[in-house]
Amino acid sequence: MRITDHPILTFGHGRKVRFTFDGRELEGMEGEVIAAALHAAGVRVLSHSHSLHRPRGFYCAIGNCSSCLMLVDGEPNVRVCVEKLSAGMRVETQSGKGRLRMQADRETGKPS
Amino acid sequence: MSAPGARADGGALRTAQVVIVGAGPAGLSAALSAASLGAQVVLIDRESRPGGQLIKQTHMFFGSRAQYAGTRGIDIARILYDQVLGAAGVEFLLDATVLGRYSDSVVTVEQADRCLKLKPERLIIATGASEKVLPFPNNDLPGIYGAGAVQTLMNVHGVRPGRRVLMVGAGNIGLIVSYQLLQAGVDVVGIVEAAPTIGGYLVHAAKIRRSGVPILTSHTIKEAYGKAALEGAVVWRLDERWQPIPGTERDISADVVCVAVGLSPLAELLFQAGCEMRYVAELGGHVPVRDDDLQTTVPGIYVAGDCSGIEEASSAMVEGTLAGASAAASLALGGRQTAAVQERARRELYELRCGPAGQKTRDGLCRLAG
Repeated sequence: MRITDHPILTFGHGRKVRFTFDGRELEGMEGEVIAAALHAAGVRVLSHSHSLHRPRGFYCAIGNCSSCLMLVDGEPNVRVCVEKLSAGMRVETQSGKGRLRMQADRETGKPS
Repeated sequence: MSAPGARADGGALRTAQVVIVGAGPAGLSAALSAASLGAQVVLIDRESRPGGQLIKQTHMFFGSRAQYAGTRGIDIARILYDQVLGAAGVEFLLDATVLGRYSDSVVTVEQADRCLKLKPERLIIATGASEKVLPFPNNDLPGIYGAGAVQTLMNVHGVRPGRRVLMVGAGNIGLIVSYQLLQAGVDVVGIVEAAPTIGGYLVHAAKIRRSGVPILTSHTIKEAYGKAALEGAVVWRLDERWQPIPGTERDISADVVCVAVGLSPLAELLFQAGCEMRYVAELGGHVPVRDDDLQTTVPGIYVAGDCSGIEEASSAMVEGTLAGASAAASLALGGRQTAAVQERARRELYELRCGPAGQKTRDGLCRLAG
């Protein structure tokens, strides 16, 4: 899905890095947004609606619409259309509204 | 309401002469104009790269040479950025999101998990626009993307949105993005347009038609379908009263539906700051009431670009110049040159809007003033 030949643009892609999506190892370009790396790997379902659990992809790609919220390195509600990819990142489908790490730590009695 | 936790983790309150929110065509132009008239400017953008939506616009601009006609949007972004970098007195605050503006004039900003507080003498809001959505069954399926999103994905990130795209909307954005999809090697299976005529410039439409892409006017999308993601859509014809005609359904297989049905002003910050807003359909949605200096009803807050009403990037640049100069004028900066910059910008805006393409904007501005 990556564009290699374009009449106007050249893409200065960063170096290749590996990351995981729901435990599956994938490859992306360092510094590109996570949604672009997922899309290039053929992943289009990024989240699910809260009550009807309908699949959601991205919609606006500039951080406005909240259609692409995912769990990234344990942090919930990350807008993957604007969050940049780095090596070893753990990207997961989020279920429900997500719990902040701080909140989860408090509930399990872990000191913050 | 005053800024919460003024002495919390963010540390000291910083003062600034002019703070500009948004480094797109309007914000960059505002920074350039205010700084060149002697103002100290802080220019804030949530992206790490300034330019707003210009950074994905590979087509050459129309209009007048004063607003870079004949130059590609991506190049205009670089030209403006270089000019601002070359101007003394502009500080960039990038990867930074403005959270709110409070009655004590404090602006709160989030940048890399820290909260900053700025207290500007003048604030220029140039936050741009967001994409409209179109209601139809299954319009939330993955694969149904806004036209701007498709542009960002392919022109900024270099990733194709899919293999077969059905475009909805034959305004300038729909036509231009269709052409850009072809340039990126993506099949555009057709363009549907609910209006009986093509809304965009005919030169763009002709290019699309020559490439063999059908443009179906008086057609709209009936529904989309697919299991986990989009597999296709059904389109049908509309009669002269915009009502769908049963029996005219056509099934189009596509893995992307690109929705290019317009933009609406990204006006949350203007609302939050207490600016008087009015709904003006011709300007794309809720827009702030403002005077000839582009000052809103909150003294010291100015507005420029798409968040003040949807137009082209060319008028956004000129509005930015005007807002920047007006802020400088109100701070008694720049002497006689300031009034001259304002006057020239007002004249350029008048010229940009006086043709048939400016009719909608003229009507909208009339309604806003009335």
